[in-house]
Amino acid sequence: MESDDELLTRLRDGDEQAFVILVGRYQSTLLRVARSFVPSTAVAEEVVQDTWMGVVRGIDRFEGRSSFKTWLFRIMVNRARTSGVRENRHLTLDPTEPAVSPDRFDANGAWAEPIAPWESDVDDRLVAESWGPALRAAVDALPGRQRDVVVLRDVEGLDAADVCEVLDISEGNQRVLLHRGRSRLRTVLEDELRTRGRS
Amino acid sequence: MNLLRRREDLACRQVVELVTDYLENALSRSDRKRFERHLRACPNCSAYLDQIRQTIATTGRLTPESLTPEARDAFTDLYRAWRAEGPPDEEPGT
Repeated sequence: MESDDELLTRLRDGDEQAFVILVGRYQSTLLRVARSFVPSTAVAEEVVQDTWMGVVRGIDRFEGRSSFKTWLFRIMVNRARTSGVRENRHLTLDPTEPAVSPDRFDANGAWAEPIAPWESDVDDRLVAESWGPALRAAVDALPGRQRDVVVLRDVEGLDAADVCEVLDISEGNQRVLLHRGRSRLRTVLEDELRTRGRS
Repeated sequence: MNLLRRREDLACRQVVELVTDYLENALSRSDRKRFERHLRACPNCSAYLDQIRQTIATTGRLTPESLTPEARDAFTDLYRAWRAEGPPDEEPGT
């Protein structure tokens, strides 16, 4: 697979194929994250299309000091914020939401039942047995900013500092959101493993 | 983390709330030591941390949905139109 940088080099030369590959690579994630900033899918689509226009027209000013994806998501968030639509800035930070259901622990806070280790190849299997859709649905079901953070950190691989910058949140909030999101996804996978009877 | 009282051993219920701070290197030196000491003695929490790591790895393997042929065509057309248009407007640099 060509790297973003290789595609950017081609894009600078006006290669439309490279552009379409980049769109394919980021379109679904851009739409997901944009959707949490604006009130409708239609507005999110406009914002994302506008973002790609910004990429095409601004490519010569991209100097590679940040990664392409950080630049891309920053353009998108800027566009979303200036789209004239009030942003839903409500951060769902519930400090009491536990990572693991309290009934899994005994009175001393120790695990009531042993935790069965997952097989080391569980992630291969999850993909191989097409459990991707279940995980994808679980990611989509995360509340707004939790989903944004998980998507940018764990799906797209941005680092913490870039996620804070793109979403304009503090490092502490970023960690709390990531923690809630990852904890929920672990629970979903655990439940999936249990229902499928192979843990 | 102020939820941790000093010197006391961590309970499993606390450990699961600290895994992200641990993985993000956000624990103080002493909390990190206590966390790791608990892990060494607790196979359940070790398994839990491993599950979180596998969750992260699995999430990282999600692939983007493919563009429909219609979307590919539409973006090709847009690209040509944008390229044909005049000078670019202001974009943030990097």
